[in-house]
Formats: sequence, C-alpha cells, structure tokens
Amino acid sequence: MPLHEWPKRNDGQENDLEHRVGYPFGFMDEGAKKEIRRAILKAVAIPGYQVPYGSREMPIARGWGTGGLQITLALIRPDDILKVIDQGCDGSVNAVNIKKFVAKVAGVTVTTDTATATIIQTRHRIPEERMTDQQILVLQVPYPEALREVEPSEMETRRMHAEADYSRMWLYLYEDIVRYGEITISYRYPVTVNGRYITDPSPIPRWDVPKLHMADTLFLFGAGREKRIYAIPPHTAVVPLEFEDHPFRTENFVGKSCARCGATDSFLDEVIDNIQGVRSFFCSDSGYCDKRRETCSR
Amino acid sequence: MQPLIRIRGLTKRFGSGCDRCLDATGPEHDTNLCPHCGSVLACNDLSFDLFPGEALGVVGESGSGKSTLVRLLHFEWEASAGSMEVHRSASGAHQVAEMFPEDGDYSKNLLALSHFQKRQMRNALMGIVYQNPHLGLRMGVSSGGNIAERLLGAGWRNIAKMRGRASELLQKTEIPVERMDEPPANFSGGMQQRVQIAKALSNNPLILFLDEVTTGLDLSVQARVLDLIRNLRSEFNLSMLVVSHDLGVINLLCQRTMVMKAGHIVEDGLTDQILQDPQHRYTQLLVASQL
Repeated sequence: MPLHEWPKRNDGQENDLEHRVGYPFGFMDEGAKKEIRRAILKAVAIPGYQVPYGSREMPIARGWGTGGLQITLALIRPDDILKVIDQGCDGSVNAVNIKKFVAKVAGVTVTTDTATATIIQTRHRIPEERMTDQQILVLQVPYPEALREVEPSEMETRRMHAEADYSRMWLYLYEDIVRYGEITISYRYPVTVNGRYITDPSPIPRWDVPKLHMADTLFLFGAGREKRIYAIPPHTAVVPLEFEDHPFRTENFVGKSCARCGATDSFLDEVIDNIQGVRSFFCSDSGYCDKRRETCSR
Repeated sequence: MQPLIRIRGLTKRFGSGCDRCLDATGPEHDTNLCPHCGSVLACNDLSFDLFPGEALGVVGESGSGKSTLVRLLHFEWEASAGSMEVHRSASGAHQVAEMFPEDGDYSKNLLALSHFQKRQMRNALMGIVYQNPHLGLRMGVSSGGNIAERLLGAGWRNIAKMRGRASELLQKTEIPVERMDEPPANFSGGMQQRVQIAKALSNNPLILFLDEVTTGLDLSVQARVLDLIRNLRSEFNLSMLVVSHDLGVINLLCQRTMVMKAGHIVEDGLTDQILQDPQHRYTQLLVASQL
C-alpha cells in the first residue's frame, strides 16, 4: 500500500470513538491524537527536523518510552498488529508492559514476528529483518538533540539547525579522532538526513545506522520527555557523519556467532556466565533469533 | 584603484532612537548618548573605503565605537543602517558568486543578508583576532582543532589535509607543531594570540580584523606579534582593519588611519600625517598625550 493511502485504509470504521476499558480508543483523547498526527505529518514533510508537540501524561513515567507510545497510540487502528521491543528483546519488562497496555486500550493483536507486524515500537534497536513499506517503526528517543553534546543551550542548537551551522559537531568528531584515532561514539551516532539536518537516530548501535538509509519503511521518532517528534521518511538519504580519511564503520562481529541460533549476520550481545565465566554471544534481536531456530528445527 | 570594501552610512543604535539623536550626539557634544531618548549611537553614519592590501587603522578613546565597528563588519551584531559592499575581484569571492549582481563591480549590501549568507561570507572572506583569546578560541579544544573548526565550516572533510593546513599555519605563527594537539589553555598569552592569528588565517581571508591584538601582552611579546602580523600581511597580501588605542601599534602597521570619537570619524588620512600634523582637536589631544 502506498504511504499516502495508509491513513485512509480503514475509512468508514468509526471505532476511534469506541470506548474501551473506561478510556477512549487508544487511551488519548481525539484532540491529543490529532495534534500528534499533525506533528508527525510535519516531521515527515521536513525529514530530520524536530517538531515540538505537547507531550501528554501517560500511565508510564516520562523517559520510559512515552514519546514512542504516544506516536503508536496516535497511529494505531484495531486491525493493526503490534510488536514492541526493548534493546531488540520482545520479552523485556518494559516492552511487555507497553505491548499489553496498547493491546488493552486499542484492542490490537500483538506479535513477536517482525514480518507480520504493521507497527513496531522499539527502544534502541532496529529489527534485523528488513522492514517493508507496509510497516512503520516507532523509535523511543531519550535525547532528540544531536547537537546537545556540543551545545547545552536549546536556543543556540535551534539556531545552529536553522543555519545549518554544524562545524562544532564536526569539530567534536575531529577532536575524537585526534585524541583516540577514531570516532568513539558507539550509539546515538549523528546522521545527516536528506542532506540537511543533523539528526539523532536515537541510541541505536552503529550497526543499525545503515538500515535507515533509503529504507522502504517510515521511521518515526518520539521523545516524550523532551516533547519532540521527528521522522525519517521512506527512501530518504541518511548519511552518518564521516571524514574522507576516517569513514564510518559499524561494530565488527567477525568470527563470532549467536550461541542460540548460530547467526553470523546479526547484532550480537555479549553474555558472560557468572558461574562458569564463559563468554558467549547471542542475537540482540530475540524475534529474529527465535525465527531462525524455528526454521532450523523444522 | 577601486576600493576592496566600501562602507557607507554605517550606524549602530542601541535603544529606540528619536528625531533628535543625530543632532544631540557626536564629538561636538562629547557623547554618543542621546539626552532626549536615552539611545546610544555607538557608530553614527560611518563611511570609508578599504583598499586591497591596505592596513587601515582605527584609533579613538574607549567608548568611541571602534569595537562596535569591527563587530558590525564581522556580522556579530546587526547594523541599524548602512551598507557594506565587496569588490568582485576579491579573492574568495568565487565561493560566494551568488552575492554579486551581474552588472556592477560590487556585491549586494552584505549587511542585509540572511544569517546563513552572512556566515558564508564570513567563512569565505574574513578573519578576526580579538584582544582576548578567549573570545576567538575554544580553550578546551586542541589548537589544531581550533584551526580545523573554520576549515570544517568551509566544508573540509579530510582530517589529514586539515592537520596539514593547521601545522603549516602554526609554523608560520611560530607555534611548535608538536604542541598542535594541546589546548590553547596550556599556552602563554602571546602564544594564544598567535594561535588566534593562525585560526583567523586558516581560510585565506581577504580581510583581517584586528581588535586590540597586542593590548595586555608584555612589550617583547607585543613586538613579536606585531612583527608576525606585518610579515603575514605582505606574504598573504591581506587587507586589515586594525583597531587600537595604541598609536604606536597603528604607526607600525597602518598606512592610513581614522580617528573616532563618540561614534563619528573625526579625522582620517595618512598615518604619518595624522601623527605629525593632527588637525582635529581630539586628535591633537590624543597625539599629545601619547608622545
């Protein structure tokens, strides 16, 4: 389905107004959802630009994914299939809580399968399986301002964005290289979106940064505490900041594989057995790992 | 010879302003504070030219508008009125070709550009050295990084090339290259000033603003910094605007000098002439008290 038809796919269904468990459909009132949808439209229209919005109180604390949750709730329809992951894992407490909550207030089906989900809310990872143009990835963002590291003042960072005055961010990377021989940013690696705004891709590992480039999927970023929404639309150029003689590189897992499914092409978590002291690696994306095990055992 | 930069009617007013501001301030009233509306006219209707390769001195007492003039020309503050135009023969002008109309030798009024365009112009054409190195340098960042910042702003994206350029400039300004990765906070005042000069020169500027560069340095260091500036001027064929209240510095560096008082230019001419045969009462006082 082309993106522009997506909002219309359920025309005629009036169940936005249907109340569930004592709350409006999708927990938030219609006015709030409308504001967030408008912020999302603006964010998609200006890739990488941080759109301010009135972040609502959610039944979880700010800083625990309220930005992502509000985007999810503003977009979700009853026939959506939802997946929520936290650092790649479907089973972590935070992910399960958010998933249960949305299922309750919007009556949607939940899944752990990346391929069948229509909306995926995530914290700090992008699923290993390539997502399609039928899907939306909602990322939770703690610090939406990529320039915060070099400039504490919001007024000044806004001016820097407006004038594309990014030499201080580049200087930060230069200093890193001079001091350590390479850029030491491991996650929240700054990227240039659509050749214009320097954007924080949320704390995804470097491994996931290339997945943002020319993707088929719409990426929406929500920062509830900082009250910002921004977006990377499908088929948008996303280029990590790099120097000609110090190109961007991702984490290196050469020679290592997942101890559970044997994958060599996924982002691996290092796990040390406290009793035996054995070091092993597991896929960070639990849905991907499970799927591989299933297909192997069959 | 056509002037490199033409400045006409440059005015900076702090405050609301009124009809009588212009008549009630200036050297004859010995103030730039309008008694009727309380506005300060830091610079009032300044017009002058700067020629290629020339060092133009600006002298005057404190509060006469010297530093304001530099801040306006360096786009740090917005002028209340006036224009600034650059000749198209200026080196670096090709980087900002869109600023030049097809007919005519001079650019558009640079003071009316957007912030973004002003920054482009500044990166392409200007360098500045402040009295206080803290204003021009990032003390927590390495000296090489300070120089690289300007290059990064001009679109350089190659670490090795930037470091090459930085070490070249540090050599020219007599900073040991092996100390390139140290922050200027580790350096003495004179060294900091020379790092600042290296930074200002990094983008091959057309015009260099020197705002009281030697004030606060001891005499032997002053002499070295002035010597360096003189050498660099002939080497890079720089045009300079030298602001100082020290007539000795002006005498050493500048062929032509303007004397400012209460936001006005009260006298201008060849430096020798001004120092030997001052015409205006204030200039006479200045020269007499100096020598």
